[in-house]
Amino acid sequence: MTRVFISRDMASVALGADEVARAFADAGCEVVRTGSHGLFAIEPLVEVEAGDRRIAYGPVTTADVAAILDGTHPNCLGEIAALPFFARQQRFTFARCGIVDPLSLADYAAHGGWIGLDIARAAEPQAVVDAVKASGLRGRGGAGFPTGIKWQTVLDAPGATKYIVCNADEGDSGTFADRMLMEGDPFCLIEGMAIAAHAVGASHGYIYIRSEYPFAIQTMRDAIALSAGRIAPFTLEVRAGAGAYVCGEETALLDSIEGKRGQVRAKPPLPALSGLFGKPTVINNVLSLAAVPFILAEGAETYANVGFGRSRGTMPVQLAGNVKHGGLFEVGFGITLGELVNDIGGGTASGRPVRAVQVGGPLGAYFPPSMFDLPFDYEAFTQAGGLIGHAGITVFDDSVDMAHMARFAMEFCAVESCGKCTPCRIGSTRGVEIVDRIIAARETEPARAAAQGGMLGKALYSRAPDRIDVSLGAQTALLRDLCDTMKYGSLCALGGFTPYPVLSALNYFPEDFGHFPEDFGAPAPVLAAAE
Amino acid sequence: MGLDEAKSLIDSWAQHEGAGRDRLLPLLHAVQDEIGYIDDALVPAIAAALNLSRADVHGVLTFYHDYRRQPAGRHIVKLCRAESCQSRGGAAVEAAAAERLGVAMGETRRDGQVTLEPVYCLGLCAIGPNALVDGRPVARIDTAALDRIAAEVAA
Repeated sequence: MTRVFISRDMASVALGADEVARAFADAGCEVVRTGSHGLFAIEPLVEVEAGDRRIAYGPVTTADVAAILDGTHPNCLGEIAALPFFARQQRFTFARCGIVDPLSLADYAAHGGWIGLDIARAAEPQAVVDAVKASGLRGRGGAGFPTGIKWQTVLDAPGATKYIVCNADEGDSGTFADRMLMEGDPFCLIEGMAIAAHAVGASHGYIYIRSEYPFAIQTMRDAIALSAGRIAPFTLEVRAGAGAYVCGEETALLDSIEGKRGQVRAKPPLPALSGLFGKPTVINNVLSLAAVPFILAEGAETYANVGFGRSRGTMPVQLAGNVKHGGLFEVGFGITLGELVNDIGGGTASGRPVRAVQVGGPLGAYFPPSMFDLPFDYEAFTQAGGLIGHAGITVFDDSVDMAHMARFAMEFCAVESCGKCTPCRIGSTRGVEIVDRIIAARETEPARAAAQGGMLGKALYSRAPDRIDVSLGAQTALLRDLCDTMKYGSLCALGGFTPYPVLSALNYFPEDFGHFPEDFGAPAPVLAAAE
Repeated sequence: MGLDEAKSLIDSWAQHEGAGRDRLLPLLHAVQDEIGYIDDALVPAIAAALNLSRADVHGVLTFYHDYRRQPAGRHIVKLCRAESCQSRGGAAVEAAAAERLGVAMGETRRDGQVTLEPVYCLGLCAIGPNALVDGRPVARIDTAALDRIAAEVAA
C-alpha cells in the first residue's frame, strides 16, 4: 500500500489538507498525518513514500490525487530537504517537525526523542543547569534572558514544591512557531519540560495555551496522555487561555492559571522565587523548552557553536504577512533582516515593493528597507531601537498607511490592557485619540510649519484645557511625550513596548504623519529596552 | 439546558474536576462549551461550587474576551484583525464580511443565525486574511471565500 504524508497543522488544514487526505485515503493509500515542514506556499503538501525517500508535491488539491499516484503530476518538488528554503536552514528545534507523526511515540523515539531526557536524568540537576548555561540559550519568548540563569535561581530557591510553566500564549501577530511545534512535535516540548523539572526539582508542570489555538490544545492533551508513563513521576497538564493577550506576560499568565484576572504582578519577587501559587517557578516559552532536548542530546557546545555575538544557537524565524514564501525558517543568529525578507521570503506576495517590516509582533518596531543590513541578534536589534521578540517578521508592501498602523498599535494596547497600571490603561486610549487627530490634520496642514511647531512642543502645555493645540506639530510632540510616559511608567511589556511600533512608524515613515523626512533628522534609535 | 440542569452540571463538574480557585477558568470554559454562554444567573452556583465570592467570579468572567454573557448566533465567524492579516488586505475583507454576512463586527445578526467576532491572530500569518468558521480554520479569505461562508451560515 502506498504511504503518503500530509500535514495536520492548522495552517495546512486551513488550506484544505483534510480534504486532500481524505481523497488519498479513498484512493487506497495509507495516510500519515504529520506536522508541517513550514513553507506555506506549498501547502497542502503531499509526500509520497518511495523506498526511504519521500517525493513531495504541492500545493495539492483533491483533483491532483490520481496524477500524483501515477507519478505524472507536474508539481513534483522532489525531496523537501533539497529545496532552497529548507537547504539553507539549520533545524535544531524543528528537526522532526513535518517528518514524524506528532502523536507516535515510536516515531519520536526513532528520530532521537528522549535521549536528552535520559542523559539529564543520569546527571545531577546542577550538571543539567550547567549544560543549559553553556549552550548560551536565551529566552525565546522575547525577553532574551539567559535560560540557565533562570533555572539556577529556581534550583537554588528553598522549598519542596516547585513548578515548570510553559508559556504557550503566543499572541503576537506574525508568530506561529509555538503553534507549529506543539502541533507537529509535541513530545519535544514535553521532553524539554521533563528535563527542566529534573534540573530544578519540580514534580508538576502546566502548559498555558491560548484558546485561539484549538489544534495545539488538543494535540498537547493527547501527547501528554500518551507520554505520561515516559515522563513519570513528572506530571503535566494543559490550561486553555480565554482570549487575553496580556496573559502572554509571565506574571499575568501565572495569575490566570491561579484562576484570577490575568493582571501583571509587580516584580520583585521574581517568579523564579515566588511564582505559581507562591512557589519557585520556571516559566519559559515553548521554543526555549523545546530547544533543551537537543542541547542535552547533542551537547551544549554543538548548540553554542552556532550563532552571533551573545545570541547563541538557532532562532525559528517566522516569515509572515505580505510575503511570497512565508513560513518557518530556523537559522543561526546573525542572518540579516534583508536576507530573510528578500532572499528567503522572496519579497512581497502582492509583487509590490516592500515598504516596512514589523519584527517581534504588535509590540515590535517597524523597519524600512534601508535598515535591512541589520543582523538578527538581540543586541543589534536593541541598538537599532527594536526587538527580536518572538522572531516574527510581518512584511508590508507600499500600500500600507503607517499612521494607521500606529493607531492600531495603540488601539490594540487599549483593547488588551489588563488595566492595572494607568500609563497602559489610559495612555493607550489617549494615544488612539492623538493619532486620530494627526490623521485628521495631515491632510490639511502645511507639514513643515506644523513640524516646526512640534519641535517647540512646549506651547501645548501653556494653553488652557479648552484650547488644546490640535495642530499637527503639537500632536506629534504630545504623542512622543505620551510614549515616553508609557515606556517608563508601565508595569509590563504591553504598555512599555507599545511605543516601539508607534515611534518607529513616526520616525521612519514621517510622511505618513504629514511630516517631511528631514523634519526629524536622521531617525534615532526609538528607545532602549524598557525592561 | 435549563438553569437547574446547568447548576447540577456545575456541581458535578466541580466534584469531578476539583474545586480549587485555580479551577475557575476551566469551569467557565466547560459551562460555555455546554450552554454556549455564561448566564449571569449561574454566577452564584459557580461561586459556590469553587468556594469563591460572586464578585470574584464576575471579575474573572468579565476580564477575558472569550467568555460570553449572552447567547451567540447559531454560527460563529471569527475574523482575524491583527497586523499580518491587515498586511494582506484584512481591512477590505473585514468590511466585505460585515456586508455579506449582514452583521457588524462584534455583533449577532438579528435572526440569530450568525455572530461575527474579531480575533487577534490565529497563528496562520503567512496565508491570511484568516478566519475560524465554527472552529474550522479558513485561510486566504477573499470575496469568493466570503460567499461560501455566507452560504454556510445561512444553512
